[in-house]
Amino acid sequence: MIWIEGLRNLKLLKINNITVTFEIDEGIVRAVDDVSFHIDRNEIVGLVGESGCGKSVTALSILRLIPLPYGRIETGEILFYGKNLLELDHKEMRKIRGRAISMIFQEPGSALSPLHTIGRQMVETILLHKNITRKDAWNIAETWVEKVKISDPRERMFAYPYQLSGGMQQRVMIAMALMLEPDLIIADEPTTALDVTTQAQIFELVREMRLSHTSILLITHDMGVIWEMCDRVLVMYASRIVEEGNRDDIFSRPKHPYTIALLEAIPKLSATPPIPPSKGDKGGCRLKAIPGQVPSALNYPSGCHFFDRCPDAFDRCRDEKPKLVNLGNRHRAACFLAKNEL
Amino acid sequence: MNYKQPKKLPLLEVYDLQTWFPIKRGIMARTVGYIRAVDIVSLYINRGETLGLVGESGCGKSTLGRTLLGLEKARKGKILFCGKNLLELNYRELRDIRRRMQIIFQDPLTALNPRMNIIDIITEGLVEFRLIQGTREDHAKRLMNEVGLDEEAIYRYPHEFSGGQRQRINIARALSLRPDLIVCDEPVSALDVSVQAQVINLLMDLRDRYNLSYLFISHDLSVVSNIAHRMAVMYLGKIVEYGPTGDIINNPMHPYTKALINAAPRPYFEEIEHKSKRIILNGEIPSSSDPPSGCMFHTRCMEVMDICRKRAPRETKSGMHGVWCHLYSRVVE
Repeated sequence: MIWIEGLRNLKLLKINNITVTFEIDEGIVRAVDDVSFHIDRNEIVGLVGESGCGKSVTALSILRLIPLPYGRIETGEILFYGKNLLELDHKEMRKIRGRAISMIFQEPGSALSPLHTIGRQMVETILLHKNITRKDAWNIAETWVEKVKISDPRERMFAYPYQLSGGMQQRVMIAMALMLEPDLIIADEPTTALDVTTQAQIFELVREMRLSHTSILLITHDMGVIWEMCDRVLVMYASRIVEEGNRDDIFSRPKHPYTIALLEAIPKLSATPPIPPSKGDKGGCRLKAIPGQVPSALNYPSGCHFFDRCPDAFDRCRDEKPKLVNLGNRHRAACFLAKNEL
Repeated sequence: MNYKQPKKLPLLEVYDLQTWFPIKRGIMARTVGYIRAVDIVSLYINRGETLGLVGESGCGKSTLGRTLLGLEKARKGKILFCGKNLLELNYRELRDIRRRMQIIFQDPLTALNPRMNIIDIITEGLVEFRLIQGTREDHAKRLMNEVGLDEEAIYRYPHEFSGGQRQRINIARALSLRPDLIVCDEPVSALDVSVQAQVINLLMDLRDRYNLSYLFISHDLSVVSNIAHRMAVMYLGKIVEYGPTGDIINNPMHPYTKALINAAPRPYFEEIEHKSKRIILNGEIPSSSDPPSGCMFHTRCMEVMDICRKRAPRETKSGMHGVWCHLYSRVVE
């Protein structure tokens, strides 16, 4: 992307202390609570967390797509090449959406318009951002449909979304996200609705297609996906980032009790498989579950949000909010115990 | 209800089961073809045993589960439950047997009536079959305890619970009639990892306590491998491979099983040997209304041979492990 050529040496995306609140009948909910992180150029960052932890809201707030008037970005700044996106007016913001930052949604079926052919939808996006003729735009779209390995691209351009399978629809979404060569792609659970074999195809495609300078923020709940795709990981729990670090650090040296518990709770394929049932031993490997459940956003514990479920919680965790502690090598964890255990 | 089961006979046996859905077209709703959702499937489940059924969406695994319970009409075949063929029973006999077979659905919220409170939901079956001794409240509280929920919550409504708790309510309802077999249709796919583990553990505890049998349907191989004693892999309405879970995971034979194990992303501490070389399947699952000739998998198989396009493979069996693939039938011949 060339839109701010002079700013190449600045950080691609830097988010400082954003807080997003939603007003609902029961009160005010902090969906994102004082979250800061950055994304460098040419980097795939994974944002992992359970449903309701605020990972999607974080993503939406980057593009300022938080539904008004209930949702509000209370504080903080979102610096894209040093420019605060929260201060832009609507016209400038529209230039960024789709062009500099594009998004891939979870449900391709509902993200595409059912009333228009995919060719038309793609051309519309291109024409919105580029001053070229409709015919040229059509050609660009067609080459991208071909690049994402959809068979018969010429004919498929005239297809409606319902005529395509879920995997094909997601390919179209990826083509749309890539065709304007954005600097950042936000992918919100791009493969959750797909089968594993299709998911493997899509990831292979994303790896191949990624331009040298494109960064990806990959939002998922699946630690396996994080391992396969990401360079760096942000772990989110109950509206806050609890741990961040390089992929290898997070997986082999997790410091936050939540990250540790989450990794242990994943069912493992290589676990000793159950033996056929006999009298004494019924077989089956018990999993290490995290006790309790994610607290409601309306009544988070006042200190550390993981306090209720944490095996190592002590008095200080009850009232005091732990800050992200630097552990070296870009590894940070929001736990009072993180540093001691090094 | 005196279906005394002779020892060693499996609880459930299925032979050559077919469930086809007609495709209707035009104003006369003429049948122009069939979707072969389940096409000649045989399996068995012993008492206290869990059979895992895996496959991609649309492969017919849910339809198979539903057919066993009589929720879909089978076209052909035999379903023997304690030796009785369910497809030949009359309504009254079937009703008695249905008490002993229950189902847990994928989406815990839509499976619960939002206008009924928990006590009504979980004791409805007991009332229907006149099995209440004492008060309904006692039964409801006992069931709530069994699935690890607060027994005081029985007058609340489904929307007041979280996803994991709702699934526990579904389990309590399935458990209320003391069934022998529970079909678990993707019971944890809608749940988060931390809650998923709790529910899987609960299912295993209940299985061991009451000697339950499960047909555990899931697309997630790692979930199945933790709970199932034996596994069956399904593709386009047919079982392509079955065997003890350890055999299937560590020594998969069918190319589809290999690809399925390979495609699942999982953290590095789980590297397994055949995972080292990446297999990515091309294309998508073909339509089951017009399945490919010969071996169903030949359109996507990376080891396809001429014979695969012409002839459907036969079963090759060694011990408890069976596979339908020409790669192995050739060796035997």
